[in-house]
Amino acid sequence: MDAKIEYLLRQGDNALILSQQLSQLCGKGPALEEDMALTNVALDLLGQTRMWLTYAGELEGKERDEDQLAFHRDAIDYRNVLLVEQPNASYAETMMRQFLFDSWHYFLMQGLLQSSDPRIAEIAEKSFKEVTYHLRRSGDLVVRLGDGTDVSRARMQAALDDLWMYSGEVFIYDAIDNAMVEQGIAPKAEDLRAAFLDHVNDILLEATLVMPSPEAWMQRGGKQGRHSEHLGFILAEMQFLQRAYPGAEW
Amino acid sequence: MSKEWPLWEVFIRSQHGLAHKHVGSLHAPDAEMAINNARDVYTRRNEGVSIWVIRAADIVASSPSDKEALFEPANSKVYRHPTFFPMPEEVKNL
Amino acid sequence: MYAQMVETGLKKVQTNEDMSADEQAFQARIDAGVKIEAKDWMPEAYRKTLVRQISQHAHSEIVGQLPEGNWVTRAPTLKRKSVLLAKIQDEAGHGLYLYSAAETLGVSRDELLAALHSGKAKYSSIFNYPTLSWADMGAIGWLVDGSAIINQIPLCRCSYGPYARAMIRVCKEESFHARQGYDIMMSLAKGTPEQKAMAQDALNRWWWPSLMMFGPSDAESVNSAQSSKWRIKLFSNDELRQRMVDQTVPQVEYLGLTVPDPDLKFNAETGHYEFGEIDWSEFHNVLKGNGPCNRERLRTRVKAWDDGEWFRDALVAHADKAAARKAAA
Repeated sequence: MDAKIEYLLRQGDNALILSQQLSQLCGKGPALEEDMALTNVALDLLGQTRMWLTYAGELEGKERDEDQLAFHRDAIDYRNVLLVEQPNASYAETMMRQFLFDSWHYFLMQGLLQSSDPRIAEIAEKSFKEVTYHLRRSGDLVVRLGDGTDVSRARMQAALDDLWMYSGEVFIYDAIDNAMVEQGIAPKAEDLRAAFLDHVNDILLEATLVMPSPEAWMQRGGKQGRHSEHLGFILAEMQFLQRAYPGAEW
Repeated sequence: MSKEWPLWEVFIRSQHGLAHKHVGSLHAPDAEMAINNARDVYTRRNEGVSIWVIRAADIVASSPSDKEALFEPANSKVYRHPTFFPMPEEVKNL
Repeated sequence: MYAQMVETGLKKVQTNEDMSADEQAFQARIDAGVKIEAKDWMPEAYRKTLVRQISQHAHSEIVGQLPEGNWVTRAPTLKRKSVLLAKIQDEAGHGLYLYSAAETLGVSRDELLAALHSGKAKYSSIFNYPTLSWADMGAIGWLVDGSAIINQIPLCRCSYGPYARAMIRVCKEESFHARQGYDIMMSLAKGTPEQKAMAQDALNRWWWPSLMMFGPSDAESVNSAQSSKWRIKLFSNDELRQRMVDQTVPQVEYLGLTVPDPDLKFNAETGHYEFGEIDWSEFHNVLKGNGPCNRERLRTRVKAWDDGEWFRDALVAHADKAAARKAAA
């Protein structure tokens, strides 16, 4: 499959799975205002998903639109990183997952603004303002919850220690990512990683949390379709109606 | 017993040149979160250009019982309104 | 009707003789169409009734997120998912506007939530029904939000300023809700035979509970009569229910579906639809806590609140620390 199409699917799937996870929390947040803020993020990500998948479908040229791609690929064909499929668990895990994702996503979008592919640059431009806000919000919450009570600090530290090993996959470039860099479409891994570590370090310091080692072993495989056990369940729930009623219009 | 987040009143200005309008209130632990929350609660339909938040406890309001003393005198000074002075039709620009 | 059967605490409608001089002056302002604002003097019964009514309405919006939240992860297209998420978010927002309005009456939101979580405070009966298929998302938007609109538009003119203004804000957003619901129904009704059956099934299950939302006939109700006098209830339950039926039956017919009421018939003389008897024992049971989902709905809200305590406390702790640092600097 064309490298660019794969790359687009990766971006779309990341946003989709993360949005799907956040949607599970509708009406179940720790405060009303927080409920609304979280749903906003879910909505933003869903909007980004649609842009990525639509473009992927167009390039592919097999008449697969955003819904065909979202609802009719099995886990083996999904290209999201492992981080976004980790469960919501408690709000600490949800927020830490968000922060680790946003801290990469922000710099990626920033880099994609200069993409040699104009459509990608356009998607990045539309997404960048949203992602800027997401990062500001998740970083702010990590600081508040890290430097909050002893209980909240302990929870956030535990969440960080658990999720850290999923934070590096985005910087492990394979042939597809490298092709994107060569074509001037996507930014380099080293640049993104440096910016990520810098930012995360600053926030965690302020949050009085201990950053795990950047050299720790990072789980990987999501981008290549080798997922965790969680994704199957996420997709089963998400795709049910389209699978149960093939061909129906909704 | 947990401490309740304080109440903030929210004012939004939706376009440059218009005044901030009171749109409602919300709870937040501090001013910064109040602004962030206000953005999510009150500006989803492009209603926002500027947000003010103020602790409800800090608002000083005129007392309703003072309404007459404070506002009545203006009612009798109708000459402050241009409609009090009809101008002849032939005269323009006044 | 998102606030049903609100108690005024009064045994009879207050006449001039029953009222003190202050109360008479207050009633005169209401009769003149003057808006009552937060710091104005008001009879304690008016204040209490409003707190109950507005908070019931707020609770309804918040609990109302749950039946729809149940299907958001299973929405059949990305577009439908986006729209549903936006609608649910609006509901949270409406709850917030309404809690804001209630708080102007001297009660705190945490107090109101405590009353909800303990089971003391009521919320609309309709949200105690389960959402069993995607078609329920259509039926809820169309019938439940549709009914809410009928109730809320007049409330934009109610006597209490903060409540009226909250209603104006809510109404602006609400018509999108009803339309997206009907749009779902239209897609299903002209879809596959299974989809059409799904739509009819949803209508069958949501029709009567939607009619019940308006509450029992209140021609004899002291509470309703007093609330009308105070202009915080502008039409009777029966009037609103009739309006809903009259406007909705043609919409059902357009879909090619059938109202689950064998007694439904149009009366050419009155220009209104006559409809069958409502099973009020079901309504009262649901309000008492015996509906299909009462316990589940409340448990979900209580769990969210309890699970969120560490989060809320941490944010307070951080704000306090930051303020202390600023003061020390």
